[in-house]
Amino acid sequence: MTVSPSAFITGAVSLITGLGVTIKAFFQPVVTSQYPRQLLNISPRFRGHTKLLADKDNLGKNGCIACGICVRNCPSGSIKSAEGEKREGEKRKTATTYILDYTTCSQCGICVESCPSDCLAFSADFNAAGFKREDFYYDLVKEFEKRKNAS
Amino acid sequence: MEQIVNMIGRETLKTIVGLIGVLVFVVFNALILTWAERKVAGHMQRRIGPKEVGPYGLIQPIADAIKLLGKEILTPREVDRPLYYLAPILIFVPVLVSFIVIPFDASLQVKDINVGILVILAFSSLSVFSILMAGWGSNNKYALIGAIRSVAQNIAYEIPLLLALLPVIMMANSFSLKTIVEAQKGLWFVVYQPLAFCIYFISAVAETNRTPFDLPEAESELVAGYHTEYSGMRFALFFLAEYTNIFIVSAIAVTFFLGGYQGPFLPGIIWFLLKSYLLVFVIIWLRWTYPRVRFDQLLNVSWKALIPLAFINLLITGGLLKL
Repeated sequence: MTVSPSAFITGAVSLITGLGVTIKAFFQPVVTSQYPRQLLNISPRFRGHTKLLADKDNLGKNGCIACGICVRNCPSGSIKSAEGEKREGEKRKTATTYILDYTTCSQCGICVESCPSDCLAFSADFNAAGFKREDFYYDLVKEFEKRKNAS
Repeated sequence: MEQIVNMIGRETLKTIVGLIGVLVFVVFNALILTWAERKVAGHMQRRIGPKEVGPYGLIQPIADAIKLLGKEILTPREVDRPLYYLAPILIFVPVLVSFIVIPFDASLQVKDINVGILVILAFSSLSVFSILMAGWGSNNKYALIGAIRSVAQNIAYEIPLLLALLPVIMMANSFSLKTIVEAQKGLWFVVYQPLAFCIYFISAVAETNRTPFDLPEAESELVAGYHTEYSGMRFALFFLAEYTNIFIVSAIAVTFFLGGYQGPFLPGIIWFLLKSYLLVFVIIWLRWTYPRVRFDQLLNVSWKALIPLAFINLLITGGLLKL
């Protein structure tokens, strides 16, 4: 093993540089986020399951008019039904059930695009979990009511 | 109390109490070091490391120990039973013996033997023997390769280790660890012997099979090396011995080069542990900085660089002492 003095010096310097890198990192703050304890900010463009938005004129009510365009447009047939009723003194129908089968939904966004009353949007719900497939059949009207009551 | 002392004699009693103290310290040290290693590794990679069990994850090693205790002790069918059973026990003996002669403080030493350092070096070379037993007895190719590497490496690095300690022994004119510490009252030996200190430290890292010299247990090539087939408490004994060895080599470095238990203001034991754990930190720091060396590089460094340098250093020291 013949090592020239210059190679020895560059080697030693690189070893010390390496030690410097790690000790600097040792005293720098931690960059990982402690997931279950602490959540990252979710991007506004994040696509979770779809959710119903409130009527623009009446914030206490969902904006879905149960026209069924999203049901027909869904390429995976994931939106099972959007039923509604016409209430007294209102010009339009109001959705009473809106069933989304999230197991087959691919978050393509065609329903959001095609909604004539602009009442569909993506939620930020990223940690859906369940034990059976029926856990992912969401009734978005009920989900809307729950959100309304919570806020 | 008086009766017991009279019955077994003061010296024997001191040894027994010392041994119990050493056992407690060994376990405590291993617990602290496993935690420290993972914590240091975490922060060097800008992570946190263990944090869930107890404050700052401090109880994590205890949880790990309970898990290891509760595990089934598996014995593979084709192993060489006597060797396989004996290896994890034998690896622990030299570790305990080494502690007996280490002076933690001016009066805190189980027994001051006048060939103290020879006892440590002689017994620590036994641990290679049990590693070879473990590797051979496991009847597993990875374990065997790991053990063979370990033997080659330990033989290669024991020589520079000893040669680096010899100049200090010559300067202190004694093999007794306590006399060597007392000889450093004025100036630490690391000032006179910086090269010997470097050689000793590199060899010590190699002796304890730590990265960048961890070829005997290179996990990317050899699963876990010589302890591949061990599980549960048997594995824990290997682990315990490894971490205790790290402390022992650091403690010897402190005793020989860094003034041992001597230091201003604080009591000796605090200084000793402070210096030792600083060196332990450096060893952990090295592990999380450097990649593993190749085997021919490993042996070349020892035979072609460290040993000649150590001999030259020894000759110069001897010559200067004679003048």
